[in-house]
Amino acid sequence: MNLEELKNKINSISDQLIKIEETAPTRVYLSCEAEKVYNICKFLFEDVKARFVISTAIDADNCYEVIHHFAYDQLSTFINVKAFIRDRNKPLIESITPIIPGAEWIEREMHDTFGIEFNNHPNMKRLILADDWPQGICPLKKDYEFKKLR
Amino acid sequence: MSFWMKYGLKKSPWVFHVNTGACNNCDIEIVDCLTPRFDVERLGVKLVGSPRHADALLVTGAVTAQAKPRLQEAYRQAAKPCVVFAIGACACDSGIFMPGYHMVGPVDKVIKEIDPNAIIAYVPGCPPKPEAMISGIVAALKAI
Amino acid sequence: MKISPKKPVLAIGPLHPLQEEMEFFQLTVDGEIVTDIDVRIGFNHRGIEGISETLQFDQVPYLISRICGICSASHPLAFVQAVEELAGVTVPDRARYVRTIINELERIHSHVLWVGLAGHFIGYDTVFMWAWKYREPILDILEKITGNRNNYGNVKVGGCREDIDDSMIPEILKELDEIEKKMDMLIKAVLDDPILQARLKGVGVLTYEDAIKYAVTGPTARGSGVPIDVRRDDVYAAYGELDWNVIVQPEGDVFAKAVVRLLETMEAIKITRQALKKLPGGPIAVEVKEIPPGEAMGHTEAPRGETFHYVRSDGGNRPVRHKVRAPSYVNVPSFKASCVGANISDATITLASVDPCYSCTERLAVVGRNDKVICDGKELLRLSRARTEQMKKQMGYKEGFKFE
Repeated sequence: MNLEELKNKINSISDQLIKIEETAPTRVYLSCEAEKVYNICKFLFEDVKARFVISTAIDADNCYEVIHHFAYDQLSTFINVKAFIRDRNKPLIESITPIIPGAEWIEREMHDTFGIEFNNHPNMKRLILADDWPQGICPLKKDYEFKKLR
Repeated sequence: MSFWMKYGLKKSPWVFHVNTGACNNCDIEIVDCLTPRFDVERLGVKLVGSPRHADALLVTGAVTAQAKPRLQEAYRQAAKPCVVFAIGACACDSGIFMPGYHMVGPVDKVIKEIDPNAIIAYVPGCPPKPEAMISGIVAALKAI
Repeated sequence: MKISPKKPVLAIGPLHPLQEEMEFFQLTVDGEIVTDIDVRIGFNHRGIEGISETLQFDQVPYLISRICGICSASHPLAFVQAVEELAGVTVPDRARYVRTIINELERIHSHVLWVGLAGHFIGYDTVFMWAWKYREPILDILEKITGNRNNYGNVKVGGCREDIDDSMIPEILKELDEIEKKMDMLIKAVLDDPILQARLKGVGVLTYEDAIKYAVTGPTARGSGVPIDVRRDDVYAAYGELDWNVIVQPEGDVFAKAVVRLLETMEAIKITRQALKKLPGGPIAVEVKEIPPGEAMGHTEAPRGETFHYVRSDGGNRPVRHKVRAPSYVNVPSFKASCVGANISDATITLASVDPCYSCTERLAVVGRNDKVICDGKELLRLSRARTEQMKKQMGYKEGFKFE
């Protein structure tokens, strides 16, 4: 598959996306709403055979963003699925762990540090924060004040 | 401390290694001390598998919230008198990780919470070279 | 954790004398067979992503070279590549070569370190001492170039901080020849050893399908037949201009991972030598004035696998978000696939086979059907070593047998 074919293949799911963006020839961003992320990741992982790299959560101005990074190594391309979670009070998104077991830890980490809930996650326990860390305090949110707790 | 307690502490100190959130550099340099080039075992310094056998704790890394109770427990289990070596800049004063939300402070603060009279020695550096660690241990034992 | 009487749990953690960091494993066992594995991390969680957002772009490389003391060249390199992509900077040729040299030297010392530790886990302390002895000259070269044995602090946005002095090059090449001879001997000794082959072949198998599912990288993936290597797939630094091979082994067991790592050290020596000989002249850094708003990614091949950094900037002098993915973060959960169904005495070496960037542990609580037995980390090591001894006997090695 060359770059053209890859882009055509991605265009076939464009009805589920808000927009397709390219910051560089090998860096593709697919923006979507939080509800669609499961289907898109399934498509990328199983049909395109992209390699899952990691996910990033970001506390943006009026929403949370969860970016799933996929790598397509034959073309040295990164395909990033950017999901917007509009509800800031109760952030909820579909988990991709049922299709990609390698995403289990990062989803638990995002739950710890951003308080994002993952639907259908098989093992949602605390991963990186201390056992005595207070529930509901998310240290990477923008409203968290450093040294407030300790 | 009585004469014999000091004597027992200073001859052939056995050390136990605790990592409380270090980046592996200091830990590797500690293991480096034990391997052929530096080989501190010829001086009687031995890395042991349990704090109960140890005369000294080698603590590396600024203490994270999750590691704090484990460090205090390891110190409580260590045979007294016991010297705590804070190895590396992070263990001495939290270093570059000081503003982190998950840090509770340098090693001396955490140890002194449970034992105000603890003997603490500092070996600064990022990471301290094996030579620095050996000379730090020798200097601390001489000072006791 | 709740312990049900029907499910004995073997807890390894969270302090262990063998490796370095705190880590807590719970192996659910049935007799001697591991049926499930659960890992609790966080003992080493320092909040680096949080601290990074309070630092300026120039200061961040110092922080992230302390993510891991062994990968202290690859993490900053991945970060500065992301920032350079954001700023649209082209790095001078000489800087690209210097970066390559330091990264490859780091790879040699990391892989040799792993071989030593792996030998230690299965009770082969000769390999441990040998490997750590042969690692010292590499640290000397690094100290000569960068001024420190670890934590080189040599990468900055736009280039490198320290140059390799041309008068050093013949000396370094000579030392590389010495190291190559010794490594050749070590590799032959390790790979031809019948005991090691019997002990490591077929142990802790991670299949190709599992490797894809768990998204593992680096030698762990290449040992399972997944041909990924960032140095080739997304060429950075000077790797595109040098002649080298990607080592792939299809078996997926611990021995395959050892083969990949050992042969990679030879490749790394080859790359370093070529890069030193080809080292072009010119400046080693360009000035970067402003980082425009936007987002970018950088990744490098660290000794343990792919290091990935995501940076978002709003045009100010600090990153708004900086995400770090260390290779062990995806390699460690693959224990679930490779450990389940294996023997307890194989667990230590399987856990060690991905070269996890944290330490084993000191206290294991073996919880039996009704009673609780506490034994320390030595017990697991003893089990592993006893198995090696048993194999030696089966293969006809007598007590006191000495190699010529």
